[in-house]
Amino acid sequence: MSETASRIIKIATKKRYKNKYHWTDYFSYFYLFLGVLLMFGPVVWLGLSSLKTLAGIQEYPPTILPLSQIQVDVEGYDKPLPIFNVTQEDGSVKQLAQIKRIGINAKMVDPLNPGETVKVPIDKREKIREFKIQWENYVDPLRKYDFLLYFKNSTFITVVATIITLIINSMAAYALSIYEFRGKNFALVFVIGTLLIPLTIILVPVFYVVANFGMINSLWGVILPGAATPTGVFLLRQYMLTLPRELIEAARMDHASEWAIYWRVVLPLSIPAIAVLAIFSIMWRWNDFLWPLIVLSKSEVYTLQIGLNAFHGELTSQWNYVLSMTMVTLLPIAIIFAYLQKFITTGIASTGMK
Amino acid sequence: MENIRNQTKNFFLRILNIPFAFLMHAIDLIMWPIQKIIGVRNMPYIFLLPNLIFFGLFVIIPLVANFFFSLSSGDELLFAERELPTTKQYDQLFDCESYLNPNTCTEDFFWRGVYNTIFFVVFQVGLMIFFSVLTAVILNKKIIGRGFFRSVFFFPVLLSPVVVGLIWQWILLKNGAFNAIIESYGGDKVSFLTDPSWAMASVIFVSIWAHMGFYTLIVLAGLQAIPPNLYEAAEMDGTSRERIFFRITLPLLMPNLLVVFILASIKGVQTFDEIYVLTGGGPGTSTSLIVQYIFTTGFASSGSVQNFGLAAAASMVLGVVLLFLTLMQLYFSRNKESKHQEI
Repeated sequence: MSETASRIIKIATKKRYKNKYHWTDYFSYFYLFLGVLLMFGPVVWLGLSSLKTLAGIQEYPPTILPLSQIQVDVEGYDKPLPIFNVTQEDGSVKQLAQIKRIGINAKMVDPLNPGETVKVPIDKREKIREFKIQWENYVDPLRKYDFLLYFKNSTFITVVATIITLIINSMAAYALSIYEFRGKNFALVFVIGTLLIPLTIILVPVFYVVANFGMINSLWGVILPGAATPTGVFLLRQYMLTLPRELIEAARMDHASEWAIYWRVVLPLSIPAIAVLAIFSIMWRWNDFLWPLIVLSKSEVYTLQIGLNAFHGELTSQWNYVLSMTMVTLLPIAIIFAYLQKFITTGIASTGMK
Repeated sequence: MENIRNQTKNFFLRILNIPFAFLMHAIDLIMWPIQKIIGVRNMPYIFLLPNLIFFGLFVIIPLVANFFFSLSSGDELLFAERELPTTKQYDQLFDCESYLNPNTCTEDFFWRGVYNTIFFVVFQVGLMIFFSVLTAVILNKKIIGRGFFRSVFFFPVLLSPVVVGLIWQWILLKNGAFNAIIESYGGDKVSFLTDPSWAMASVIFVSIWAHMGFYTLIVLAGLQAIPPNLYEAAEMDGTSRERIFFRITLPLLMPNLLVVFILASIKGVQTFDEIYVLTGGGPGTSTSLIVQYIFTTGFASSGSVQNFGLAAAASMVLGVVLLFLTLMQLYFSRNKESKHQEI
């Protein structure tokens, strides 16, 4: 009886709100539209611009698509000259190549008749563009500079560090979830404690430890200090606590060694949690900046992030290469995100870690 | 089709499994005798050992060593060659005629960093909470394409600080896209990154852009935990939406907002990389924060010497601030039993 009543009320109230847009609805869509522009726009803009020529990138005001000005070789001039549509005094339009700009006039030449030059006011000319994708932006830095090496270093660090992190963190989580032993609480508090100490406040002494091991300018100096993550131990432990104890007891009955129980029973069952940690670890390692910046000072051990930053510092004007390499740097993460988006967001929402 | 895909997937998983299983069997050859000797009861210590060694080497020992570094002076990294003990570093760090005026301090760079950090954190955290709540509330509504919009707002979180810094440095250039948009609407060009007063605003903006999605997600989780019957009851009573927001949503969201506030403050105080790429702390020192000071004095001192002691002392100061924030977090998360208490 009361159920039907509540349903009737529900229908009645629904009708009241139907067809009636509140101002917050309009605002929401406006905000979302603006949000898409602001959040996604820069990356799309980066992608499009990384395909432009250097001249196209430096053009102001910029064009959205990679439209570059057509250039022609004119007899008697060393460099290719940009061509313009020039409106002449009698109203006809002619294609001329520009030699140089002098104030409000441009010195131009007819490509078909390179002998004479003419003076044209700059507002009478209009650029001729063509759609041209500059793949060289992507190929050149990989060939001429060490980006392939940086890419390799980054991949090595990411893969090896993630494997080490997964193994030692899952071992610790296994011990802290399956067993009862003396000092367990102490170990737990110890792990919580390390959660509270970010790298930024112990930079100097960690550098000291790494230097003592002779790992300065070595990829291992980047991999090892962050290998044991308290968040990882916690994530895995919370998950392993939910596993049925009977399974472990059964394995023990069958005379499985503790190590075998760990890798044949517990690890396969914890794959969802391990996958979340793996994704996070890959993200952390690929994007890591401050610590590699301190440890790696030779260019042959640079990671992609450090290499990109250094490259940008050296060649501030070479934005075409900087943009394309920025694209290369963000692409792996973007692909992972596209495939595992739901996984990542639920992982963050349920653990509150990043 | 589906079957074939599954088979290939299984095939690849099996191939990947071979080196893994091989490694695990090999380790078992060592673990089995150990278990025989020390017994099952002591095995958890073996499992804990590698992780604890790493923690000890790279967290606990450094934490203790940090005290020694901050209390010793000299240019050498080795303890044996450092002068011990001395409070020289702290004296130098806190040598000010007036703490409110960084120019009167010996380490004026440090104090500018402190004030910049305070300014940065106040505005960044404040605005970030405002916008993440706004975004989360909108994303929680029944809107078309919700999944798409969610990922759009979340996407920048995954970008590396270098990528974020470079993208925005390029967009905020004097002849960049932002200025082109401003000029097309009749405004004047702005030097976003080279004008000291604009640089700080730009840095705060970029940092919010990069991290907002993360906090939006936490707020969103909080919103979804609010029981829907409260809203239904309010709607039946004909409560206005504004009132529903201020009387139901916001109060019930408070525990989450507190977590967001403290997490964002902890992260905000440690901000370094995006700013380092974006402005390098400049122009002048107008956007350099505390971590930038630690990095520069300890590792990137231009020219002469790297002052490890001074850097360690400054990181002790930072550590005290973080400790305070963390204790606050523990206190509140214990009180409110919030779900998200990890960093």
